[in-house]
Amino acid sequence: MIEWLHPSLFLILGAPFVTLFRGRARQAWIVFLPVMAFVTVLMMSPGTYGVFDFMGLELVFGRVDKLSLAFAHVFTIAATIGAIYALHVEDDSQHIAALIYAGAAIGVTFAGDLLALFLFWEIMAFASVWLIWARRVKASDEAGYRYLLVHAAGGMLLLAGILFHYTDTGSTAFVAMQPGGPAFWLILAGFLLNAAVPPLHAWLADAYPEATITGAVFLSAFTTKTAVYTLIRGYPGTEILIWLGTIMALYGVVYAVLANDIRRLLAYHIISQVGYMVAGVGIGTVMALNGAVAHAYTHILYKGLLFMGAGAVIHMTSRSKLTELGGIYRWMPWTFVLYMIGGFSISAFPLFSGFVSKSMVVDAAAQSHLSWIWLGLTMASAGTFLHTGLKLPYFTFLGKDCGARPTDPPLNMLVAMGIAAFLCVFIGVYPSWLYAMLPDPVAYEPYTATHVVWALQILLFTGLGFFMLLKHVGGEPKISMDTDWLYRKASRLVMRLINGVIAPAEEAVARFYRHVLLGNVFVGRKGLWLDQNVIDGAVNGVGALVLRWAALMRQLQTGQIQHYALLMMVGSLVLLSLYWLF
Amino acid sequence: MDLGKILENMMAKPALLKRIGWVTLASLVVIDFFLPRPYLHFFWDSLPGFSAVYGFVSCILIIVVSKALGKLWLLKPEDYYDD
Repeated sequence: MIEWLHPSLFLILGAPFVTLFRGRARQAWIVFLPVMAFVTVLMMSPGTYGVFDFMGLELVFGRVDKLSLAFAHVFTIAATIGAIYALHVEDDSQHIAALIYAGAAIGVTFAGDLLALFLFWEIMAFASVWLIWARRVKASDEAGYRYLLVHAAGGMLLLAGILFHYTDTGSTAFVAMQPGGPAFWLILAGFLLNAAVPPLHAWLADAYPEATITGAVFLSAFTTKTAVYTLIRGYPGTEILIWLGTIMALYGVVYAVLANDIRRLLAYHIISQVGYMVAGVGIGTVMALNGAVAHAYTHILYKGLLFMGAGAVIHMTSRSKLTELGGIYRWMPWTFVLYMIGGFSISAFPLFSGFVSKSMVVDAAAQSHLSWIWLGLTMASAGTFLHTGLKLPYFTFLGKDCGARPTDPPLNMLVAMGIAAFLCVFIGVYPSWLYAMLPDPVAYEPYTATHVVWALQILLFTGLGFFMLLKHVGGEPKISMDTDWLYRKASRLVMRLINGVIAPAEEAVARFYRHVLLGNVFVGRKGLWLDQNVIDGAVNGVGALVLRWAALMRQLQTGQIQHYALLMMVGSLVLLSLYWLF
Repeated sequence: MDLGKILENMMAKPALLKRIGWVTLASLVVIDFFLPRPYLHFFWDSLPGFSAVYGFVSCILIIVVSKALGKLWLLKPEDYYDD
């Protein structure tokens, strides 16, 4: 009898076998893997498993407690829903990348030490970028490349932090970090980058809207929420997170006003929603931490649902901009209704999932008497309903008829959306099911008359404001600058500065020197002879050798960043499996 | 069941929808005057209808401030990053 089975084994090791099957068998395999992972999580009991000794370091692959179980539970559900949503996709590489990505995210939640965590962290980055590239258009190639570079930098911060942590403490165990010192801040920066906390957030809104339709559903679930998990584990009660989280919640709202692409609008609302979780971690009370976990749980489901709804619209109309959509509710009624369930959930309407989770964080802020935080988070709630519940559906499904006559998407997509929608309502109606999974016992009752009326007032009066300003809130055919400007535009401006100003200046100086130094030409002649006969000979010899080697090496270089990424991913997987074998 | 038809019939009565909306908004504020105040963390917790005002103000503020930021600074043509 095996004592403990890592659920990621199914997903990561089972994923490549997708290529062996065709048709129904392949579809069955794609759903079978996450379902098996889910069952494994259900059967798990708390404890520490999968401990290996690696060059004197202790690697822990199976720290199982209520916190890791809650995240693994929703991750495996999200992977199952995402797999069903993607069943119609023919491209094997997308299925493989999505399953490995989900497996790596689950690997992070069970990692009990920083090295195991780092390993899965990197697999996540390399697997997820495929879901962006697989769309195979120029915009997604470029966005994926930027995504990978940013995450590689984030991984470096994390690794550097881990090294500092090890030299400081002699241990790589992943427990709550001790404040102060470079390790604390470097690891925090690595986590914050994946949690998309401004100013380290631009990769998310840049890349997610360029991903494949089914890939974006997976992306919306895992990267930011594993980061929230690591923050809960490593940085509970870190005060700066309260402020960062609140700023983040409002930041996403501002950019959602400006968004025209429907998935970019949703991407900015991931940032906004994760803000509640980050703020909850910062507040650090039992209720706030429970709230952060609960909100991550509900968020994964309703955000997946929203991305599935938006994806269905793009899949059926080939349009993704608010300015090009409108009036299609009549043709995609199920998509519209299911999307709205996601919209009501994220907006925290009573009887929907967001209501029972978000209010835990907001009430935790009230209990700690953080008035500005409370006001900021409540304002962001109004903004959430304003965009995800009103602006996006109004200008996509209602409003002016855009002329498109789509139908509802294929059945598998509707089924996946239906499962997510069911869970959103189920949790909203029966919150004790969710509360029982939280790390600490919950003494919180969301359904009091005062609270329900309070929430409805906020939301419906936001609606009033929306309809009053209806003429001004539609999308504009423009894009908004964000902090990715620094590496997308500023770098180019620097190059232009070099080409336009510095290079000519250098040439002018060089010309000046040539004229002045012409007088010393006799000395120069002697030097020239030495140069031509001795130094050049040596240099040419070395040069020829290098050329021959380079010709050999060139055979191995395809110049495709995708190939390099695949190579690195395969390499890390080989190392990982070797490790498991011995 | 043709869900599209049902939705279409609902949307065909904008006047009715509008009336339902106004009645709901008004009754929410009225009810708020009679509700218990189990906890008072901030001074505004005791003000009936505060969240209605705050929700409305938040919505207007978000739209106006974001649009202004967009117009003055953040919004660029769609080909801004291509060259």
